[in-house]
Parts: sequence; structure tokens; C-alpha cells
Amino acid sequence: MKPFLRLPLSVFAIAVATGCSTLPQPPLQAVERKTPFADPVRVLDRLTWGANPSSVRDVMQQGLDAYMRAQLNPSTEPDIPEAVREHIAMMSISQTPAESRVIEMNRQRLSADAVKDDEQRSTSRQAYQQALAKYGRETSTRALLRAVYSKNQLREQMTWFWFDHFNVYQNRGLLRALVADYEDRAIRPYALGHFRDMLRAVVHHPAMLIYLDNAQNASGRINENLARELMELHTLGVDGGYTQVDVQELARILTGVGVNLRSDTPQVRRAVRDDYVRDGLFEFNPNRHDYGDKKFLGGVVKGGGLKEVDEAIDRLARHPSTARFISRKIATYLVSDTPPGALVDRMAAEFTRTDGDIAATLAVLFDSPDFAASLGRKFKDPVHYVVSAVRFAYDTSDTSDATDPSVQKIIVNAQPMINWLNRMGQPLYGRQTPDGYPQAGNSWTSPAQMATRFEIARAIVTGGGGGRMFRPEGATTTERPPPPQLSNVVYRESLQARLSTATRAVLDEANSRDDWNVLLLASPEFQNR
Amino acid sequence: MNRRDALKALAALPLMTTSVKLWAQDSPSSSLRPKLLVVFLRGGYDCANVLVPVSSSYYYESRPNIAIARPGADSATAVALDADWGLHPALRESILPLWSAGQAAFVPFAGIDDVSRSHFATQDSLELGQPLDAARDFQSGFMNRLAAVTGSGLEKKAIAFTDQVPIVFRGGERIHNVALRNVVRPSVDARQSAAIAAMYRETPYAVPVNDGFAMRDSVMRDMAAEMEASSRNAITANGFELEARRIARLMRDRYSLGFVDVGGWDTHAGEGGATGALAGRLTSLGRGLAVLASEMGSQWSNTTVVVMSEFGRTFRENGNRGTDHGHGSVYWVLGGSVRGGRIVGEQTKIDASTLFQNRDYPVLNEYRSVLGGLFSRMYGLTPAQVATVFAATAPRDLGVI
Repeated sequence: MKPFLRLPLSVFAIAVATGCSTLPQPPLQAVERKTPFADPVRVLDRLTWGANPSSVRDVMQQGLDAYMRAQLNPSTEPDIPEAVREHIAMMSISQTPAESRVIEMNRQRLSADAVKDDEQRSTSRQAYQQALAKYGRETSTRALLRAVYSKNQLREQMTWFWFDHFNVYQNRGLLRALVADYEDRAIRPYALGHFRDMLRAVVHHPAMLIYLDNAQNASGRINENLARELMELHTLGVDGGYTQVDVQELARILTGVGVNLRSDTPQVRRAVRDDYVRDGLFEFNPNRHDYGDKKFLGGVVKGGGLKEVDEAIDRLARHPSTARFISRKIATYLVSDTPPGALVDRMAAEFTRTDGDIAATLAVLFDSPDFAASLGRKFKDPVHYVVSAVRFAYDTSDTSDATDPSVQKIIVNAQPMINWLNRMGQPLYGRQTPDGYPQAGNSWTSPAQMATRFEIARAIVTGGGGGRMFRPEGATTTERPPPPQLSNVVYRESLQARLSTATRAVLDEANSRDDWNVLLLASPEFQNR
Repeated sequence: MNRRDALKALAALPLMTTSVKLWAQDSPSSSLRPKLLVVFLRGGYDCANVLVPVSSSYYYESRPNIAIARPGADSATAVALDADWGLHPALRESILPLWSAGQAAFVPFAGIDDVSRSHFATQDSLELGQPLDAARDFQSGFMNRLAAVTGSGLEKKAIAFTDQVPIVFRGGERIHNVALRNVVRPSVDARQSAAIAAMYRETPYAVPVNDGFAMRDSVMRDMAAEMEASSRNAITANGFELEARRIARLMRDRYSLGFVDVGGWDTHAGEGGATGALAGRLTSLGRGLAVLASEMGSQWSNTTVVVMSEFGRTFRENGNRGTDHGHGSVYWVLGGSVRGGRIVGEQTKIDASTLFQNRDYPVLNEYRSVLGGLFSRMYGLTPAQVATVFAATAPRDLGVI
């Protein structure tokens, strides 16, 4: 059963038509409105990476109700423009499997290290680093293109949320060759699915096993890193009721769960030879596993090889602390830095009832009056700021503003966006620590961060400097594209009415369209979602 | 606010008043406040080739290709500091004069008990400065706690010279941050800045917005002379030397607690000896610190600089003429009122039997107790205040201040 269908559909019927005289009216729905949304654009600002003209049009055509339902249940139809799809398909991260990329990079690293001559060795190292840098750039570009262009906005937003939740750091070892695969196989397919499935995929993915050192965790040479973070950061939360003994026991359960970056396989002792598992780079090596029984979270896990891990994951995923911890974190992301306890309780109850169905848990959140009341009150972190501004300024399919040819362009070079996020202190895949980026708005409002944000506003309205985003990397042209038309439907239908007197006064004094654009993206009203 | 008021606000440039208040030089009465700059060498620098154990024949056996030769007439040999220790020759022009003036001390066998040998885990642990055997608060770094107990928070001038506020500064005190490595000339001009500030005047972000513009302007003013010089093709400093010059100006005039990190120390291969990769990094670091000392002017007398790193490296060189992740490190303490020219803290003779896990320097001077003792002396902290900065550790006064 699709999770959303359990919800009263009426919840999502809204007053779309208010003030939308220039747009087609949505079909009226004769349903009772439990939670009316005064301004559907504000819902889009929270549900998506930022309202843009085409998402407003989608809501106008489908009704917010149907739109939200579709967001919770993404269709398998192509969800990004063909040109963007082709761009992604041409990337080396799309064309070679992660396994062969990583094996090749590992081979390159080892052979570079073995070069005797200092100069040659540094040349080989450089080649290795450049190859890794390319994978990193492609992975970031893919994420940004999906965030800007995908129709399945909620899935992309939740993919970012879950990646951050199960964070790995791309600059560790050769992880840049692996992060694209981690995102696409362990995170994104489950972003609106079942939490347990995602947890299982994460714990079995080589990127996480390398990042949190479980590849080194073996019987007699215990490494607790993954075991601890699995409970502290990924499931139960630090106060979730586990002990140091549970950490040690989970570490024992996880012994032998690692990676193999070579083509050969180890000799496994006869008694447990059948337990050996290899799947791509993933390897379960029974020689390294502690086969004793473990006492974990108040029960016994019988020694039995890799299946112990599944048992542990089940316990963690179904633990009441996990339901609360995950619900609170989602609510912090999508409602408030300090979400109401009652909302968290309702979400946790649904999480538990549905065995960790993320879409169902989200539906409870969207249904809540707290959600409606919170709209426009979350300060955008850098990634939300950059992506929302680019969506707002450069919507490709905004045919209603067809007078302006610049809005028809598609981003072919995301490097400026990547640089902006670096400058703003939230590089993609660049969080070193496993705790992910801070969620609270005040983590992003230091003086230096505010000053940098306004510099970025300027860069955004010039498309990365003379429209660099819309030209292939390296292409030179003196042609400066016209500035984007920001007084679009999002502005006219929602943003304009919300500007303060001070902001209006400043905008009225703008001395050019460029200036006006910068000031609008720098305005207090554009900083919240 | 109506439009006319907004325009008036624009004309009045609210930034300027804020900037005067926040950025004025310390008043004379406060000019003797202790100032502290922590320089973090990220990557685990090879301390054994910087403070060289010249009396240890085991050192020379262990490093057939990369050892620094015993002090001699040749300029490519260690500079003798005492009978047991020598200084890497790349620091002869920069750090040796401070040592000779009694303004530099070294603490060998310093570090953290974390034995993960992971840069990442060890840096985190160091910056958090919390006991390793208890649950840790990832939102609380030791320099933020120091700012809290010494009153060096935002109003009292604590700053990270980094793009982001580092873990060491995380916590309840608000901390400025500005990256000085690559100062980019702002593209938002004065008129646009004033317009933006006017939009924020009635919002909760008015203060950081104004501070942000004011800090940007003050950094740019400080940089103006430098940029003018470079536009005239004068030879200017680069790398850390340039950054340190900028840091010195801000620390001298406006801040009392600072942090900067310097990377490039992870010398697994081709480390070099008296010359080469590590020597190049040291030259730049040393020059920067020497410039900092002189640019601080009269404030140098109440300034302390601590140079630290997450761990030392393997005592023996590896198969790639480099060194791998180790354990004990050497911390530096520099400053106008440092009782320097000395190697301080607990020491041991260096041979195979004293190496930690038969590979690294041991940690005999645990950094939380060493820094706790240092801060206690610098700021006259009470035991309770020291315990706030470094819980569950006994501060050890090495007498360097």
C-alpha cells in the first residue's frame, strides 16, 4: 500500500487561487480544508529546493494536493530535461561502474607510490589526484543539476538530507571515486522509502565502510568507529539508551564487514567458507569475523556471520529511540530548528506503525498545523540559498517569461555553484565529520557568512560571471547574456507581497536590473524558506 | 519604515557607527590583555625532523635518507639548541632568533592520548579538548570554552582566520571568522552594501550583516597598502608569510584570541631532509611566525603563540623516504613574555625501547594538561575555570610563561 493513500486527501486542498488572476485556475475540489495553506508558493519553498516558475505552474495545473502527493510518490517518468539527462549520462561516473573506477584508482595510487624517481612519482600522484578531482566534480555537478531541474523535488531534497545524515567525506582516501555510487545506490533510492532499507544499504556500502574505518574492524583488532556512529548519529541518538558495552558488541558484530579493492579473494578457513560474501567492492571475510555470541541492546545476537548485521540493523531501525531521533531530525529540517514535541511524537508513532516508512512520516509532518505555521521561517543554509536562487533566476521551462531568452538556457557548467558552496562553507560532500552539517539557522549567520552570501548573490545574477554557468568549461566568449528576469511569477504571486517597507524602498532605488536582481537575492525575504 | 526613512538610513550608513564601536583599537587600559594565537599544523607534521634529537644515534639509524645532520659548519645541518636537540636549518633565519631572544620554547613528547592515528579523528578530539573516555559534545571546542571563561567572545574579540568556524571554536560564544589566505576584493560596493544593510535594519540579522560589512571593510583597508604594493610589481610575501602579516594586524589592533590552520604536513613520501618538501613548508611557516612576532609590535610582549599538530609521525622513515602517521608531537610556544630558549616538559631518551608501540614518540606531556597549565598562567584562571576549558584533567604548569 502506498503510504500516502492512508492520508486524508483533503489535507492538501488549498487556496491556490488566491491572487492568481493571471494564471489558469486549478480545478476546484469540494473537500474540507483541515490545514489551509495561505500561500502555495511558500509550501513550494519548503517542499522543493525553492519555488520556481515551473513548479508554481505545476501546482496551478494539478492543485497543491495532487502536487504534494506526487512529490511523496515520485513517478518513474523522466524527471529532468533531456539535455540535462544527456549531460549526466555522458559523465564518467555514469559510464563506468564504481567498482572498476575504484579498483583502477587504487591501482594508480599504489603504482604512483612505487615510482622511485621523485619527480616522476609526483607526476603520477598528480594524475591520480586529477582523476579523483574529476569524479568529485562530476558528482557535485550531478547533484546540483538534479536539485535545480528535477521534477521530483522532495526526493532530491530528502536525498541531500539523508546523505548528510549518513555523511561521508569525499576527500578521504579515494572516496571521490565512490561517492556518486553511494548516493545513487545507498541513499537516493530510499530517500522516501523505508528507513531500514537505507540503513542496510549504507552499512553495506564500501564508502561508509571506508569512511568510518569498519574496513579495518576485525576480531581481535576492534575498531569501534562505525559501531558508535551507527547508534549515536544514524539511529538511536546519543541519549538513545545504549551503553559502551553495546558499542563494543556492535563493533564485534561488524567485524569482517569490509571492502576488497583487489581482484583476488582471500583463503577462508573451511568451517566458515560458505559465509564468505563478495559483492562488488563489498566483502564479508569470515576469517576476520568474531563468531562468538553478542549481547546487544538487551538481547542476544547468536554468532552467525553476516546475518548478525541484519539482525542488529533490524533492532536499531525498529528501536523507539530511532523513531524519535529520526522524526525529530526530519522535523528540524522541514519545520523548525526547535520542532514541537507533540509533532515529533506523532511522526514517531507513524514511523513505528509503518515500520519506518519515510513518506508516511513526512505526510504526518505536512498534515500538521505546525508545518503550515512554520512556512517562511527557516533560514536557508548555503546549499538551499544557492540552489533556490538558481532555480528562481534560471528556470528553463518558464515559457510565461519567454520574452527573455536567457531563461531558456540550461546549466552546462556547475563549477560556479560548486565554488559558491565552497566559499560559503558548505561544500558538497565536503563535511569532514560524520555528524553532517549543522541544521540550525544560526550556524550560517556569522558576520563573515552574511558578507559572503551577498557576494554570492552578485555572482548568481551574472550566471557565475558573464554567464559562465551556461557555457562549457573553458569556452570563451565576450558575449554577456542579459540579466535574468526575476520579477517572474514567483515574485509576482508571492515574494513581492511579502517584502518589507524597507526592502521595497531599497529595491525602488535600484539603478539597473542587475542591481535590482542582486538586492532582491540579498534581501531578508529571500533568506528564508 | 517608509521609503524616505529608508533612504535616510541609507545615507546615514549605519555600518560606520557600528564599525567605530566594534573595531576601534583597544583602549590603553586593555592593551595588556593577554593575546593568544593557536597555529594548527593540519596533517601531522614530522616533529622529529624539526626539533631534531641530535644526540640520539638511533635517530640517525632510523632515518638513513631523511635525517637532519648533526650540527656542523655546513648550513645544511641542524642548528644546536642544547646538547640533545637541534633545530631544522630551514628555521635558522626565522625561529632561531626568537629562541636566542628567549622567546621560543619547545615541548617535545606532547600530544593527545587518542591512538586512532587518523588525522580526522585526532584533529576532532584535539579541537574538542574533551576527555576521550566519555560521551563528547561535538558542539563544544576548547577555544570557545576558553573564550567563555576569559571573556574573549565576540564583543571581546575572538576570531578564526579560516573560511569556517573550526571545531576548536564551536560553542556558545560567538566567534568572528575571516579567511585571510586569499582575500578577494569584494564585488558588493559601498552603495550596494549600504542598501543591503538598510533592508536588514529591522531584522534579527542586522548585527551580523553590519559586522560582516564592517569586518570586510576593515580587512580591505588593511590590505589596501599591500594591494597597492603588489600592483606596482613590488616583491610581496606569499603563502603563510602574507597570511601571518594580515593576522598580525588584526591580532594587534582588534582581537585577543585567534586560531589559524596551516596544511601540507602529511609527508608520507619524498619528505626531504635539510632541503625538500618539509623544509619548504617550514621555511614558509617560520617566516610567517617571525613576521607575526615583529608585526605585533609592542603587543608582542603580551602575546603567546602555540603551534600544535594532531600527531607526530613514525620515528623510522618508511619505504618512500617519508614518514607515516605516528603519535607524540612537539608543540612550540612563542611570545614576548615566554620564558624561552628552553626545551620543557617531561622527556625521555630516544631509542627503540622508548618508542610508543615500537614506532612513534610517546606522549609524555598530554596536551590538555599542558595547555591547561599554560592558560592558567596566562589568564590567571581559577581551577574551576581551567576545568571548564579542559574537564577532568590536572593542569600542569611547565613554567613557560
